[in-house]
Amino acid sequence: MKRLLPLLWVLVIATVPLWLRDQYFLHVTITTAIFIIAAMSLNLLLGYTGQLSLGHVAFFGIGAYASALTTLGFNVELPGGLSIVHTPWPAVAGFVIGVIVAGLSGYAIGKLSFKVRGAYFVIVTISFAEVTRLVALNWVELTQGPLALTNIPPYTLWIPGIGEYEFWNKTAYYYLVAVIGLLAYVIIKRLVNSRIGRAMVALKENESLASSVGIDVTRYLVLAAVVSAAMAGAAGSLYAHYVKIIDPDIFLFIYTVTMVIMVITGGKGTLAGPIVGGVIFGFMPVIVRSFAAPAVQWILYGALMIVIVFVLPQGIVPAIERWASSWRRSRVGNDAVVLAGSKVREE
Amino acid sequence: MDELLQHVVNAVILGSTYALLGIGLTLIFGIMRVVNFTHGELYALGAYAVFFLEVSLGVNFFLALVIAVIVGCAVGAAIEFVLLRPLLDADIDTTMLVMIGAWIVMQNTELLYWGGVSKAVMTPFPEEPLQIGPVFVSWLRLFVLVMALVLIGATYVLINWTKLGKAMRATFQDRDTAALMGVNIKGIYTATFAIGSGLAAAAGALLGPVFLVTPSMGDLASLKAFAIVILGGLGNITGATLGGFILAFVEEIGAGYISSGYRDAMGFLIIIIVLLFKPTGLFARAERIG
Amino acid sequence: MQADIVLSIEHVAVHFGGLIAIFDLNFDVREGEIVGLIGPNGAGKTTAFNVITGFLRPTSGNVRYRSTSLSGLKPHEIAKLGLVRTFQRTSVFQNNSVFQNVLIGLHDRGRSTLWDTLLALPREGRSEQELVQDAHEILQLVGLEQRASELAGTLPYGEQRLLGIALALAAKPSMLLLDEPVSGMNASETARCMKLVEKIRGSGVTILLVEHDMPMVMQVSDRIVVLNYGRIIAEGPPAAIQNDPEVIRAYLGQGKKRA
Repeated sequence: MKRLLPLLWVLVIATVPLWLRDQYFLHVTITTAIFIIAAMSLNLLLGYTGQLSLGHVAFFGIGAYASALTTLGFNVELPGGLSIVHTPWPAVAGFVIGVIVAGLSGYAIGKLSFKVRGAYFVIVTISFAEVTRLVALNWVELTQGPLALTNIPPYTLWIPGIGEYEFWNKTAYYYLVAVIGLLAYVIIKRLVNSRIGRAMVALKENESLASSVGIDVTRYLVLAAVVSAAMAGAAGSLYAHYVKIIDPDIFLFIYTVTMVIMVITGGKGTLAGPIVGGVIFGFMPVIVRSFAAPAVQWILYGALMIVIVFVLPQGIVPAIERWASSWRRSRVGNDAVVLAGSKVREE
Repeated sequence: MDELLQHVVNAVILGSTYALLGIGLTLIFGIMRVVNFTHGELYALGAYAVFFLEVSLGVNFFLALVIAVIVGCAVGAAIEFVLLRPLLDADIDTTMLVMIGAWIVMQNTELLYWGGVSKAVMTPFPEEPLQIGPVFVSWLRLFVLVMALVLIGATYVLINWTKLGKAMRATFQDRDTAALMGVNIKGIYTATFAIGSGLAAAAGALLGPVFLVTPSMGDLASLKAFAIVILGGLGNITGATLGGFILAFVEEIGAGYISSGYRDAMGFLIIIIVLLFKPTGLFARAERIG
Repeated sequence: MQADIVLSIEHVAVHFGGLIAIFDLNFDVREGEIVGLIGPNGAGKTTAFNVITGFLRPTSGNVRYRSTSLSGLKPHEIAKLGLVRTFQRTSVFQNNSVFQNVLIGLHDRGRSTLWDTLLALPREGRSEQELVQDAHEILQLVGLEQRASELAGTLPYGEQRLLGIALALAAKPSMLLLDEPVSGMNASETARCMKLVEKIRGSGVTILLVEHDMPMVMQVSDRIVVLNYGRIIAEGPPAAIQNDPEVIRAYLGQGKKRA
């Protein structure tokens, strides 16, 4: 049964466009899925490695801008008279560049930010994101500033049997995002279930103890930051080539908060957490907007966040696991469940 | 040269209110170790309170200022009591998330009630500025400077010469020992949060008429407050005061001579640079407040 | 024929502002020895420990491990050289299972790289299998095999300390530093731990331990080093130390034989 479940999920995901006919809902599904990828990447840093990075949207935005600029081309003059001209490249190249640039900024910011811990780390990460936003806003020559980068072309892939295919159509884009999302999930799953994942969990719990057995704490923190940033950059690129217009508002702190809410309410440090949280907070606006103004929505989110912290501090997924485990216990008996439960934790 | 002098004067005035913001946060952050994301919202609340009292209730400007500060203290105490006290020994992530939630709720409540359009606060001061030598200062700004300095002085007195201040300093140095000596830690936390929030509200009330009042005015204020706290060292009031002036100077000079667009980035750059090279702050003395 | 010196502490001094925690520490540990570091509370034992394992930078002096200077090295680098310590408080990863704890300790023995993991290459699977095997062996050695799937934080205190040693053993030390290994243990747990310490030495690991439990330390150690007020006041075999007037004075000054 356990083996069948993932397959079932893949099937469900694969068939969504067949029964979700409403284009608007399909749109929401796509943007939600993109945000879920970003949330999964944040979960690696926040949930598994235990670093409350509140600047994550910076990587999302950097990925988006890098991808868009690669595809649109740009012409900037640097101080000193040096001029850089870039001619447009295919959108797929933009995706790759977006991932790489985001990953590199993850490395740079990680290396710098991890010199401090705790509250100071939080503040430094927020600051990096804000500086990025202000650069995007003010370096008009490169980013068009508040005028936004527009007419971002969609991806074109060569698909065997079809030839060159442009990803305009929502259904096609949905499948693209679903595939990348699945890939992201697998990457995270493999990472956290490995020796590397164990090192991250160890340093999350006790850095001194971890280093006493030879774990290079900084190295793994930076690794988590790089993978996390690269993945967020991928999500950013997907976003840019879907909505086809991006402006510096993409760097607003509120988007980081959205991702954080998704991860925390879903369950940080679990694989399913960001997905559950993402689905809830991705679709909630759609449901709520019919009877409440945006400001009210946000009041609800804020209140929900507070409530979750008090009532379900571990998030929804662990709560469900606990409930399922106690239900099993009442039917099968305690010892069997403890053994089975511990296997789950070792996954 | 005249231009420079003008910038200096502007910086001094701005710096005094920044100092209020910073002192409030350094007390909260220092004594309670809470990453207080609502600090900027109390700043905004102070401004909105003055606006509301003046425009909707016809209250005199000066009285409105006083009431705004009291409201700030009260709201701060309420936040601490309802949200933070139950989480007294939770880890920093948890309290941070709760503060973010509170920040979202507060800001959007303001947005809901007053809308996103910026509001102007009327003051009884004359419009034409005073001219002192080559420099122009508006009466309003002069008033702001004086009030801010008065409040900074009052806080200094509170922390260093009252029983409450002593208890706060003790809690800052060593919470457990202070508790053993009979200090009511929970009470001190509520008082600290109330005082810090009151100072933020005061800064907002004073600056509201100078700039405009918008729901998002608190965001930058929060971050700048953190920059000041980090610059001055946690729990260090003198450091926060100096930090406030330094930030204002950097902003003014930077905006005046480099680029005004990046003005707000100055605060963040300061945070980044200081945290990376001198995490204890420029003025850190070993664990003392006052 | 004396064994080689593996650890040498040379003129180590630690000043905290005006407070001098360690004056001028000089001693060696030889291959295969079990050396006990004792002294009244506040004598500087934990400080010395922290200096040796890289958790504290000495104000002056140097520590050498097998002729490699440990000056400026980070704790994980020192651990990789073979010098591994246990902790007295929070000695294990509370929120992980006993088995996971040992797996974490085995971290450096893993052979796979990031790409092996991401691409699920065969080397990853093989490496993991080896580690699982090693983990079982270590748990058997310390006698915690039946507790494997339990959460470390739920273990009785004595067994947590044993797990802490297992964790350190997983890191394949050539020298083990035990920080008060039997503190808080009852008589049978202490006996169990002492047997384990002998077994570990038997497998070729040199041991330096800090302890307050006098009978335990006297029985288990080949040699004792006594610290008081940041200085060594005596050094020698247990029998000599027990009768040393300086040592007795230092402890009587504290009021109890078991400090």
